[in-house]
Amino acid sequence: MSTILEVRDLEKTFGQLVAARDINVSVPQHQTVGVIGANGAGKTTFINMITGHLSPTKGTILFEDKDITGKPSREITGLGISRSFQVAQIFPTLTVFENMCIAAAIAHRKPGMFGNIMTPVRSAETTAAAEAAIELFQIGRYRDVTANALPQGVRKLLDIGMAVAGSPRLLLLDEPTSGISIEEKFDLMNVVMSALKTRKITVLFVEHDMEIVARFADRVLAFYDGTVIADGTAHETLDNPKVQELISGVRLKAGAHA
Amino acid sequence: MQAGAQWVGGLLLLVAAAAAPFLPNWVVSLATIAFANALVVLGLVVLWRVGLVSFGQALYYCIGAYAVALMGRWIGFTDAIALVLLGGIVAGLTAAGIGFLLARYREIFFAMLSLALSMILYGVLVKTESLGSTDGFSVLTPTFFGYAPHGAQLSRALYWLTLAIDAIAALFVGLYFRSVAGALAAPIRDNEIRVEFLGVSVTSIIHTKVVIAGVLGGLGGALAAMTIGHVDPAMAYWTTSGGFVFVTVLAGSGYVAAAFIGSLVFEVVRSFAVDVMPQLWQMTLGSVLLLTILFLPEGLGSLVSRLKRRVMKPGTAP
Ligand SMILES: Nc1ncnc2c1ncn2[C@@H]1O[C@H](COP(=O)(O)OP(=O)(O)OP(=O)(O)O)[C@@H](O)[C@H]1O
Ligand SMILES: [Mg+2]
Repeated sequence: MSTILEVRDLEKTFGQLVAARDINVSVPQHQTVGVIGANGAGKTTFINMITGHLSPTKGTILFEDKDITGKPSREITGLGISRSFQVAQIFPTLTVFENMCIAAAIAHRKPGMFGNIMTPVRSAETTAAAEAAIELFQIGRYRDVTANALPQGVRKLLDIGMAVAGSPRLLLLDEPTSGISIEEKFDLMNVVMSALKTRKITVLFVEHDMEIVARFADRVLAFYDGTVIADGTAHETLDNPKVQELISGVRLKAGAHA
Repeated sequence: MQAGAQWVGGLLLLVAAAAAPFLPNWVVSLATIAFANALVVLGLVVLWRVGLVSFGQALYYCIGAYAVALMGRWIGFTDAIALVLLGGIVAGLTAAGIGFLLARYREIFFAMLSLALSMILYGVLVKTESLGSTDGFSVLTPTFFGYAPHGAQLSRALYWLTLAIDAIAALFVGLYFRSVAGALAAPIRDNEIRVEFLGVSVTSIIHTKVVIAGVLGGLGGALAAMTIGHVDPAMAYWTTSGGFVFVTVLAGSGYVAAAFIGSLVFEVVRSFAVDVMPQLWQMTLGSVLLLTILFLPEGLGSLVSRLKRRVMKPGTAP
């Protein structure tokens, strides 16, 4: 299997605060990678650096052997990396269908400087792609609902659906199940993961729920204090005593509270 | 539905064009100014859809107008069609340059920065004595491929030229609104981050909108200069920009045609108000604006949507 993402000696500081340090990760194609870690461990920062939302202080990021370190996010999107957000980023005044249409139309833009102007937003191609995405993510019931009126789970699916519209080869999901009730989490992840399997997309997802991680991840990275303290199969990482002490233990207590 | 709106627009345009020979000269001139100014308003509509208001659109209007006037003054060039295009191009190039700065700003900063830039031009023109300072100077009588009409003929020729430019502009803007760049207006207003992460540069989209609005402003200014026969720095003054914003609010951003109808209504109200009650015309305009905002917050254009909703039986709506 060839490597799709290679991260070397990655570091990010905000003034005095070290949000990420010494991160070395190599992700083969078609692997599903889970990322765990307590609040503030640096998971989002890690994703933000890969997607160009933040520029690393140090280190390199290679995507399909190409150096993408510090490139602007829209360029990285163009190269084949997409993401969803911890808080779903959708267009609240548009319907689900219109949201998907925009994403599909951008993905189907004609090349060149005037691609944005020369491509109609509604064409047979873009509407078909939007309908297909709505079906793939099983949100057809909400097709004509304005996005700001959507239930949390549908928002998440729409956010991920839009990220997938550009046919990325690597998708980074930042807490796809945050804000979703425990009963709904598994259903949501099932929909997402089977959709991504269909599209043959390599996934890296951040998740706080260890059961979800154990169920869906081939491999798990554990973040603590800005760095990776364990990296292995789901079982290896989740059974790691350090991980149990520093991460899953904390989460279990937090869970008992809720 | 879109196609329907286009047919109605085209029909109105033909009626407007065919009416010219039967209208008195002053009406033709008033309509020409209204339809020239409507181009500026159309540019503001393009910006408004993405949530931006420019209080300095008179900058491009004035540049378009002066480009026309200076070509006459410097080299005696008077071909109307070439001059209109020139006005649009010069204003568009200016917008392309300024856009690098403007496209990074939003909301009140965008509005005020536009205003500031237009007032700089105003200041420069007022101080330029060789161009007549505050008095400005006159524009040579335009010609049409060597044909040099006068009086009523000239008024009508300019009127038809303005309608032709309007038609092209309306068609272009209509297509633009249906392109990815145009359709991104609401998404950009809603959530710039998502747009960037879908792979689009928000800055460059807004830059393009600034240029489109600039070109339209320049075309409008060029046509107005030829129709009035005179240019002066007041064309760049903030009250001129304010008038365009006024009409934009009056028209609303829902329909391309609303910019033209709104502009015509504005000119008619203004000319009657100035004639009938010269002391009160600002008050009249203020009241019209107040009523618009209170009762038609989406502008005159929303009258059409309301009508459509009433005419169509529920269920047949698109
Ligand atoms: N833009 C920023 N400026 C300053 N500090 C930041 C910034 N972004 C993140 N941080 C800090 O970096 C650290 C890592 O934050 P990050 O958001 O990556 O954590 P996380 O693992 O995603 O946490 P959570 O589970 O709460 O989402 C935190 O201490 C956070 O306060
Ligand atoms: Mg986070």
